[in-house]
Amino acid sequence: MRGSASVRTSLWFVALAVVCVFFADLTISAHDPWGELARLFSGLVTPDFTQSDYLVEALIRTLAFAFVGVGLGAISGFLLAMVFGSRIVRTFCAFIRAIHELFWALIFLQFFGLHPLTGVLAIAIPYAGVFGKVYAEILEETDPQPRETLPYGTGSVIALLYTRVSQAWPQLVTYTSYRLECGLRSSAVLGFVGMPTLGFYLESAFAQGHYSVVGALLLLFYVLITTLRLWVRPKLVPLYLIAAPFLLGSGLPIRWQNVTRFFTEDIVPAPLRNGDGWEALGPWLMELLSSEALPGIWNTLVLTQIALVLTGVLTLLLYPIGSRHFTNRLTGPLGHTVLVVLRSTPEYLLAFILLQLWGPSMLPAVIALAVHNSGIIGHLIGRRSNDHTLRPDAPSGLERYTYELTPRLYGPFLAFLFYRWEIIMRETAILGILGIATLGFYVDSAIQEIRFDRAMVLIVITALLNIGVDILARWLRARLRLKHTAQSEP
Amino acid sequence: MTALALDEVVARYGDLEVLGPLSLELVRGQTVALVGKSGAGKSTLLSLMHQRWRTHGVALMPQDLGLVPNLSVYHNVYMGGLARYSRWHNLVTLARPYRRDVEQVRPLLKTLEIEHKCWSAAGELSGGQRQRVAAARAIFQAGDILLADEPASALDGPMAETVLATLTQAYDTAVLAMHDVELALRFSDRVVGIANGGIALDQPTHRVQASDLLALY
Repeated sequence: MRGSASVRTSLWFVALAVVCVFFADLTISAHDPWGELARLFSGLVTPDFTQSDYLVEALIRTLAFAFVGVGLGAISGFLLAMVFGSRIVRTFCAFIRAIHELFWALIFLQFFGLHPLTGVLAIAIPYAGVFGKVYAEILEETDPQPRETLPYGTGSVIALLYTRVSQAWPQLVTYTSYRLECGLRSSAVLGFVGMPTLGFYLESAFAQGHYSVVGALLLLFYVLITTLRLWVRPKLVPLYLIAAPFLLGSGLPIRWQNVTRFFTEDIVPAPLRNGDGWEALGPWLMELLSSEALPGIWNTLVLTQIALVLTGVLTLLLYPIGSRHFTNRLTGPLGHTVLVVLRSTPEYLLAFILLQLWGPSMLPAVIALAVHNSGIIGHLIGRRSNDHTLRPDAPSGLERYTYELTPRLYGPFLAFLFYRWEIIMRETAILGILGIATLGFYVDSAIQEIRFDRAMVLIVITALLNIGVDILARWLRARLRLKHTAQSEP
Repeated sequence: MTALALDEVVARYGDLEVLGPLSLELVRGQTVALVGKSGAGKSTLLSLMHQRWRTHGVALMPQDLGLVPNLSVYHNVYMGGLARYSRWHNLVTLARPYRRDVEQVRPLLKTLEIEHKCWSAAGELSGGQRQRVAAARAIFQAGDILLADEPASALDGPMAETVLATLTQAYDTAVLAMHDVELALRFSDRVVGIANGGIALDQPTHRVQASDLLALY
């Protein structure tokens, strides 16, 4: 077993994470962390639903931003998928999806201000990049033969709809509805940067110490996500899409001179703006790299590595509660619920809560990332384990776990984990906004200091880092021969 | 009227020549049975013909049928007519077929005994039923030439005859690749035998006996 390439790779990852732990700040600095946690739990147990106007507005706005953003993203992504063969389009999609929703929001906030367009575009743009890639992969996998048999003279759009799109329809719908769930999480999190969605209400409830309102908001959010399949019906989706733009709220009006100034002045590197010429650009970049980019990259890498390995460990511990081989009629639904709650909690939201409770360090971020991602992968691996039929006299308990199932599921497990790697890194960078010194921290500080030129360079660096990790993950998947198709993606 | 001729055509898989060089001329109004053992190159020859003549109104019925499994039987048959209707008409049909068009397709489904499956997904049908859907699509296309690869292979006796009779009635000019010698002789005017990558036999059907073809197998 030690000879297997997958196991050797895994051990390297674990060793690297252990080394990283020595460089990471994982302290709890709050003086009463457990008291805070207890107060949060008491809020969850005694939710306060009396401020119904407030709660309903938070949910309606969260839904509206999710629907408009994901809807626009899906339409643009579909169009991008049509021309995905072009290398320029592929690179473009990789680039726009490598930048997190919150970074997009921070950028748009600078020139559109608190206008709904900021939130809508922040979701639509990165989602378009993801949809473009995944739709293209799904369509690619359809049987080409029906296209061959069409009569000569059939228009290409009609041919596409009748053959490839029709064949791929179930997968396209499944994937899009999965992304809608992600969109709800993204929409909720956009509240933390000022959009009128759940995060905004949550942050203010936290600030005022209204834990029962926090509890009510969180519980409603879980209910919304877990019942998604009940109220998102194919027949109702057009209705939601039509209604959503009217429910975004009016926000503040766009000041177009801000838009012009942003592009012609704000993001132009300082030496050029001040007329110091091109020769001053080099030192400016070097200074930015050494004082902010490199420390940011270092912390992002360290945190990602620890979070990735902890996600893996937690997944291996958690998947049995989502598997029929370890649960019965009573514990099955219970385990399922636990996994759904874990995966429904956006890592940003969880990190925010834990930071409030434990004080600033990398620990809240690591825990938040590991909990959310292991919820997702654990759920998928648990479901995958249900496809395996064990022989009637198979061992039970720990032997079943170690001998029968884990070895069979280890390949898919690694494939999913490597797939989440890029996502974990994207999130790690963004958690910097909460005060952990990853790249997002430096981006956020640059924006606070109204130095958008620096912020833009740092965002581009973050995007390149994500693209780099994605390439590395794909190379590892290919090397370890982990089968991975679009449909198997969560 | 354009001549339908293949002149010294060659088919390759990589460096391997699997067919040809081979010449063949098709006469309008003639049904050609393409016979030969499996792997002889019948399917390859048909796809060559399809490539050459697809702009001349060719209806193709490939061996794998080319159905879209999650569309209904009706939609699969309607796809044969996509080029006849406007883009808008096709788009609307995808969501909600026009009753007038459906009435046009129904008799055809009735002849092929799949009318009761009109709104079932093609993927849920048995092999024989799916073959009839592909036949109905080729007929609904109402092209000039039919190229069919084993159009009745999954059908039992009487149904195989019904399908072949309906296909040949709808198309004066057709090339049918068949492994059933007896059916090939019954439904064709001309027999072309393929062996060793070339044409081993090319005769009017009335001059050919079943025993003559055995040499090809």
